[in-house]
Amino acid sequence: MKYENMPTAQFIKESNNGNINYNDFYRKFFEKLKEADKKYNLLITQNTKKPTITKGKITALPLSVKDCICTRNIKTTAGSKILENYIPPFDATAIKKLKEQGGVIVGKTAQDEFGHGTFSTNCAYKIPKNPLDPKRSCGGSSGGAGGLVAALNMPHIAIAESTGGSISAPAAFTGTVGITPTYGRVSRYGLIDYANSLDKIGAMGKTVEDAALALNIMSGHDPMDETSINEKVPDFLTATKKDIKGMKLGVPKEYFSEKIDDKIKNIIWDKIKHLETLGATYEKCSLPTTKYTIPSYYIIAMCETSTNLAKFCGMRYGAAEDLKGRDFNEYFSDIRGKYLGEEAKRRIILGTYARMAGYRDQYYLKAMKVRTLIINDYKKAFKKYDCLVSPTMPFIAPKFKDIEKLTPVENYFADILTAGPNLAGIPMISVPAGTHQSMPVGMHILAGHMQEEKILQIAGATH
Amino acid sequence: MKQNIVDKVASVAKISLTAAEKNKFEKDIKNILDSFNELDSATVTRIKPTFQPVEAKTALREDKEESCLTQKEALANTALNEKGFFKGPKAI
Repeated sequence: MKYENMPTAQFIKESNNGNINYNDFYRKFFEKLKEADKKYNLLITQNTKKPTITKGKITALPLSVKDCICTRNIKTTAGSKILENYIPPFDATAIKKLKEQGGVIVGKTAQDEFGHGTFSTNCAYKIPKNPLDPKRSCGGSSGGAGGLVAALNMPHIAIAESTGGSISAPAAFTGTVGITPTYGRVSRYGLIDYANSLDKIGAMGKTVEDAALALNIMSGHDPMDETSINEKVPDFLTATKKDIKGMKLGVPKEYFSEKIDDKIKNIIWDKIKHLETLGATYEKCSLPTTKYTIPSYYIIAMCETSTNLAKFCGMRYGAAEDLKGRDFNEYFSDIRGKYLGEEAKRRIILGTYARMAGYRDQYYLKAMKVRTLIINDYKKAFKKYDCLVSPTMPFIAPKFKDIEKLTPVENYFADILTAGPNLAGIPMISVPAGTHQSMPVGMHILAGHMQEEKILQIAGATH
Repeated sequence: MKQNIVDKVASVAKISLTAAEKNKFEKDIKNILDSFNELDSATVTRIKPTFQPVEAKTALREDKEESCLTQKEALANTALNEKGFFKGPKAI
């Protein structure tokens, strides 16, 4: 049987019908996985052990998992040297559910340390290269996930995570599909926090159906996560096939500003016009708080990460050294100074500063209040429109030599189109919309809380 | 942010920084904080802060005994253990 370019749904069907020779399939799959990793640095850990096959909704389907999601007995570092040898004794709930349905974990994908980045260049290990042009970034922070989906022509879904755009950015830059669900739709139990009120586990695949399939399995209430939402999970796969006739789209003018590449804007407009021919209507609209999204997002994310990462101090798990009579202040500071990367330190320092007496109201509390204004903007828009559409990223995947020249502030600007929806915790999907300079351009589709079906409906129609 | 503030914050955050890192962060952090000042123009009178983007109903777990990690599993990720306990730096 030929597995190259086999659609995921067909693989699962053949698998459930007993038509797959798993020895043969996994031998070929691991060969291709190793080859892709060697060429593009996409994995932190390969898990090429002979898999145990479990029957379910995704029988024997290869899954890669972003390295910040705990996988039982498979090294999980969150891309950091401070967790270099950490082997979780448990699975994250999302992983447990996928394994119960037959998913096979084939490796842990490369990422910016703790998710701190938009280009996967803040890596303690290898920096993933874009398979479409290795001189360019895969995007971040789920860069390894996006790169692997783009590089492999075998059935495979990547499980990824987004805090401020870490699924959408790599999806746009690698020409793949990336879905980030509503905050709380998928349990965060077993996810190594970057920023707890922003982190969401999602999925990346070659098609909208692949992303919907993984989300179907991972979603649902989990008593182990108090922020998990207890609501019925619809069938997301069905939504991808629904007619979009009569759906109303909003096109926020701030997401088409002069800061966004003109060619990218034109590609997205073409796509919107295409959706119109399929029966959707569109209207220009405004999200006036867009100018506040970058500072608000970064202040909140840095404040949360400064507390969330306090547990990494050289005790119980992760990097450790001989205590050598050091007191706890010296020991913790030495370990954190030595094993945390530059961007992690920068964000922890800034987050600690913004929470300190005298600055808390000016930065942290203000950002939290502005977040309310941003959410209100979206709520108002979704009273009128089913979805909002825009480019996913302001530019195509940048070259590494250009990323090196960026200051931190210029770096953070890259999240201008993704920080808002992530702050609001609304679902979003990035789908390929065309190419510019032979590199992919992504269209971002957003909807209100728990409205994943709507974004999947529009995304399904774009293919 | 002046270097003595970087020192103070690094001490609170428990991160040892090299002299080169201190110099770099001092400059970076000033620029980043300046860019955050965009928020000054936002009017937030009578606006409540959002700590969680989606309101989750209080969902407490059922009060029943569940299995947890064994002592061996809990200690498996560190060499700093002794007689079945985690070993840490001196506190006093």
